[in-house]
Amino acid sequence: MALSAGQFLSPVFAPGFFQSGSVQVALVVGGVVALVSGMVGVFTVMRGQSFAGHALGSVGTTGGSAAFLLGISPLWGFMGLGVVAAAVMELVGIRRPRGRDLATGIVLGAALGIAALCLYLDTTFKNTTGATITILFGSMFAISASIVPLIVLFSLLSLGTVVVLYRPLLVTSVSSDMAAALGIPVRAVGILYLLAMAVAVSLSALTIGAILSTALLIGPAATALRLSRRPGVAMALAGLIGVAATWLGILLAYDSFYWPPRGHGWPVSFFVVSLIFVFYLLGNQPIGSAGRRRLAPGGDELAAGLGQ
Amino acid sequence: MTNTWLVATIVAVVAGCVGFFTVLRGSAFVAHSVPEGAFAGAAGASLLGLNTIVGLAVFAIGGALGIGWLGRRGRHDVVTALALVVMLGMGALFLSLSVEYAPEMFSLLFGEVLGVSSSQLLPTAVLGVVCVGAIVALYRPLMLSSVMAEVGEAQGVSSRRMEMCFLVVVALATTMAVPVVGALLMFSVMIGPAGAARTLTNNPLAAMGLSVTFALATVWGAIVASYLSNWPIGFFVGALGATFYVAARGIASLRRKGVVHPGSEPSPAS
Repeated sequence: MALSAGQFLSPVFAPGFFQSGSVQVALVVGGVVALVSGMVGVFTVMRGQSFAGHALGSVGTTGGSAAFLLGISPLWGFMGLGVVAAAVMELVGIRRPRGRDLATGIVLGAALGIAALCLYLDTTFKNTTGATITILFGSMFAISASIVPLIVLFSLLSLGTVVVLYRPLLVTSVSSDMAAALGIPVRAVGILYLLAMAVAVSLSALTIGAILSTALLIGPAATALRLSRRPGVAMALAGLIGVAATWLGILLAYDSFYWPPRGHGWPVSFFVVSLIFVFYLLGNQPIGSAGRRRLAPGGDELAAGLGQ
Repeated sequence: MTNTWLVATIVAVVAGCVGFFTVLRGSAFVAHSVPEGAFAGAAGASLLGLNTIVGLAVFAIGGALGIGWLGRRGRHDVVTALALVVMLGMGALFLSLSVEYAPEMFSLLFGEVLGVSSSQLLPTAVLGVVCVGAIVALYRPLMLSSVMAEVGEAQGVSSRRMEMCFLVVVALATTMAVPVVGALLMFSVMIGPAGAARTLTNNPLAAMGLSVTFALATVWGAIVASYLSNWPIGFFVGALGATFYVAARGIASLRRKGVVHPGSEPSPAS
């Protein structure tokens, strides 16, 4: 019985998939990170802060390369600089989205310049030529199991912040004027959210790569918001979609080692991003006039969200 | 070395002009995503044995048009993010399939002062002229759709078409600039100087002039500094761009407090 089940499953799950230690770590870490990113990302999309989300992930590159240089654990490099960048963005940033995106871009530009410098110094003084690629594109199969507890802890911290701030966050995301009228400290909520996002993004940047962490933050959330107007439901959906894409991506990447052309394997990040994009396009289908109404969150989102 | 100066000057002029509209339209994310995604195209091209410029161009224009097309049905910033990550995902694939030499990837991302050959001079100049020419030709409808979209629509200027045109211009500017200043820092040259200029004045022509001036100062300064210190040019571009912007914001806030004589006062918090 077990033999025939194995024969049935092996085309899908290449041999050794469930036994491989690195796959197990990847599934756990990837799953946790995808879940948190998806849920936190719902507010990122609602607040139109996709650029900030991406920028914080890219700033992770700088943190990672600085960590490389200083010989400290990448986790602290990614998170430390991410948090600092979030604070700077909030301080330099301005209320209006255009000004805010400009400030984000300036901070990102400066950070990437520093990353360039760190990587150059890395190569010159430490002879590590592969650093650029590893830091940018990540290597999910090379995460050491010892950091799993830390990743879970910080992920919960990030998610917890969003949960605690749920109502004020929802109101400020839909209308900051209304929030101010209700006495909600808009600026404080904004910076707390940005910090939570920085932590979530740093963690995913560490696992699937700084630049591609954006995909897990934005994609599933955007898809979920197309499928449901209620933020709570959207958060759950986003987490689900993110985890599905990640796990399926890991499976495909593992299987790809056995695919004909090369015994080389295709990168996990490629599969995960492609799946996220496919889910987004699929979620785009119910797009009539009802869909167009969903593009800008408004009073009904707020009512729906607070009525839960 | 002369090549470097010439190409860099062209890049700065283009970046100053395109950057002005980028900042005006709040398209900072697009200005970042198109070059970064185009980098993936360069990796793909080298995999296929083609000139990297071809890869850059295909992905830059493809990405820009993709953003424009998807943007009709979804939030603009979401669509930009998705287009970017899809291109980068493909880039990860290309890099894993190729035996690409890491330093070349580094210079495509962060720029390389001495990497400009004479053969690059002509295509860069031609693309530069096309970009600036497009900006000049489209100046009025672009201004209308950027600042007063409804008035523009009433006068027959389609916002969507202008958006597409603008995106294509950004893609062309990207293609010509990435070999010099690198993918990740091209947008610094586009938005830092232009952001500083717009902070200091609302007058469009003055802002564009200032934007080009600051861009030239940024690029030239970066070349000199990079040549002297051997540090990557990208570092200096990022640092100088940020410096200009912060300084401009400082001057603007001093103006608001009446300390410095106001110029053409821009609207607050822009």
